[in-house]
Amino acid sequence: MLRFIVRRLVEMVPVLFIVITATFFMMKVAPGGPLDNEKATTKEIRERLEEYYGLNKPILQQYVKFLKGLSRGELGPSFKYQGWNVDELIADAFPVSLELACYALAFALTAGLLAGIIASLKPNSLRDYIPMAIATFGICLPTFVTGPLLILCFGILLGWYNSSGWFFASDRVLPAITLGFYYVAHIARLARGGMLEVLGQDFIRTARAKGASEGRVVLKHALRGGLLSVVSFLGPAITGLVTGSLVVETIFQIPGLGRFFVKAGLNRDYTMLMGTVLFYAFLIMVMNLIVDIIQVWLNPRLRFD
Amino acid sequence: MPQPPVNPSSAALESEMEGDHSLWRDAWRRLQKNNLAVLGLIFLSVLGLASLLAPWIAPNSYEAQNLALGATGPSFNHWLGTDALGRDLLSRILYGGRVSIAAGLCATAVSLTIGVLYGTISGFVGGRLDVVMMRLVDILYSLPFPIFVILLMVFTKDLGDAVENRLAEWLGVRMDIGKSWSLILLFLAIGAVEWLTMARIVRGQVMSLKKQEFVEAARALGLRRRRIIVRHMIPNVFGIVVVYATLIVPSVMLLEAFLSFLGFGVQPPMSSWGTLINDGASKMEEHWWLLVFPGIAFAATLFSLNFVGDGLRDAVDVRASKD
Repeated sequence: MLRFIVRRLVEMVPVLFIVITATFFMMKVAPGGPLDNEKATTKEIRERLEEYYGLNKPILQQYVKFLKGLSRGELGPSFKYQGWNVDELIADAFPVSLELACYALAFALTAGLLAGIIASLKPNSLRDYIPMAIATFGICLPTFVTGPLLILCFGILLGWYNSSGWFFASDRVLPAITLGFYYVAHIARLARGGMLEVLGQDFIRTARAKGASEGRVVLKHALRGGLLSVVSFLGPAITGLVTGSLVVETIFQIPGLGRFFVKAGLNRDYTMLMGTVLFYAFLIMVMNLIVDIIQVWLNPRLRFD
Repeated sequence: MPQPPVNPSSAALESEMEGDHSLWRDAWRRLQKNNLAVLGLIFLSVLGLASLLAPWIAPNSYEAQNLALGATGPSFNHWLGTDALGRDLLSRILYGGRVSIAAGLCATAVSLTIGVLYGTISGFVGGRLDVVMMRLVDILYSLPFPIFVILLMVFTKDLGDAVENRLAEWLGVRMDIGKSWSLILLFLAIGAVEWLTMARIVRGQVMSLKKQEFVEAARALGLRRRRIIVRHMIPNVFGIVVVYATLIVPSVMLLEAFLSFLGFGVQPPMSSWGTLINDGASKMEEHWWLLVFPGIAFAATLFSLNFVGDGLRDAVDVRASKD
C-alpha cells in the first residue's frame, strides 16, 4: 500500500511540472498584460509596475523565480486585484467552493445511493423504473439548464429561496441541488448496477440461506462489493464538481473560486487565471490519489496491480 | 430474441443465400425496436435539418434587430418570442443549432482521429509502450480539461486579436478572421480533450483483433506494421468506433455550450445554445421564454443524442448492453 502511494506521488511530480511550465510559458507568449490596461502610464510608472510584477528580467529568470515562489505556495500578484496575491485570493475564495462541493456531494451520495439501492432490490418493477427514469433525465441535463430553471421555479415563482447570493443557510439549498443533481443520477445508476451484480452472487444466497435478515444481507454483505463502481466514479466526479462549480457559482453569484476563475478569464487576469488552474490541477490530482487509496482499501484485489 | 421476419421462409432463404446477416443490418433491426432511440432519431433529424437550412427557412436572421419591438412573448409572428433587442428567438435557436452541430461534427472528428490512432498504436505495439501510453491516458483522465480549455481559449483569443491587429496595420484593411479563428480553435480544443475514452476502447478492440488469424496471416505474408494497422486494424474497429463516436457528440456539444455559457466560446452577435441560455438566465424574471425555449431545445437534443447513442451501442455491441 505504501509503495502504491509513493509510486503515485512520484508520478504526479512530472505531470505537475509540465502543467506548470506549459501554463507559465503560455502566459508569457500571450499578448497583453497588467500594463496594457493602464491608461496614460508614464515611463516611471511603467518601470515601477514592471518591477513589481518582475517583468523586467529575462524570461528564464522569471520562470525560476516563479518556481521558487511556488515551492513556498506563492503564486505572485494578481493583475487585476491590485495589492492582492493570487494565493491570498484563492485562500479566501476556495473555502466557499469547498463548502458548496461538500453539500453537493453529500446530497448526491445520499439521494443517489438510496435511489440506486432501492431500485436494485426489486429490479424491473415500478420501484426500479421511476428512480432510473429520473436518473436518465438527470444525466442529460447540464447544470446551466437545471440551475436557472430551479431559480425560476423555486426562487421566482414560488419564492421559497433567494435566487442568488450566499448569505443564509437557505442559500445553500438550490446551488447544492444544482451541482449535485447530475451526480445523483450517475451514482444511482452505478449503485443499481453494482448492487444487482453482487446480489446475484452465491455468497448472498448463502447468507440468505443461513437466515440473515434482508437488511443485514443488503447492508452488511452486498453493500461493500456493490459500491465499488461508485467509489471509482468519485475521481471523475471531483473533476466534474470543480468544473460544475464554475457554472453554479456564476449562476447563483456565489463568491467562490469558480466565479473568481471565470471572472479572471473574462478580465484577462492572467496571473489569477494561471494560479487557479495550477491550484485546481493539484487539488484534483491529490483528490484522485485519495479516491484511489480508498478504492484499494475497499477492494484488496487491486493491490496486486 | 430474434425478430420474426415478415415472410419467414423467403426472408430466411434470402438472408442465407446472400449472407445477409451483416453487422449493420442486424443492428438496424435491433435499433428499430428501441422506441426511445427511434424517437430521438426523428427529433434529431427534424431539428438538424431545420438548423442546417436555417438561412433559408428561419423566419429572421439571427442578428436582425427590432428595437421598437423589444422583448415579446410567444406570438403568431414570433413563435417563440423575441429577446430584448427584438431578435426572433426561433431563428436564433436554429442558428445556434448550426453552431452546436458544427461543434459536434468537427470536435468529434478531431477526437476520433486522435483516439483511434492512439488506441490502435498502443494496442497493436503492446508491451512497454502500451503500458506507458495507457498510464498517460489514466493521468490525463485525472486532469481538469474544461479548465485548461478555458485557459487556452483566453490565451488564443488574445493571440488571434493581436495577429489580426498586426495584419490590419500592415495591410491597411481589417480582415475579420478573428471570429472564425476562435470558432475553429474552440472545436479543435474540445476535440483534443475528448479522445481518451475512444483511445481506451479502440485499444481493447485492437488487442483482441491482434490475436486473430487474418492478422497472423498478414504478418506471415511479410506486410509491414503500418500497412497492417491501416488496412486491417482500423477498418475492423470501425464499427465500434462509429458507435462510440455517437456518444462523444453529446459530450462535445455540452462542452461547447458550457464554454459559451460562461462567455469563452461563441461570441456575440452569433448565437449558440450556451449563449442563449446564459442570456435567458440573466433575464428570466421578466422574460421566461428566453430561458425555457433554448433550455428545452438543448436538453431535448442531449436526450435524443444519448438515447440514440445508447441504443446504437446496445444494438451493435450486444455484449456491452447493460441488461
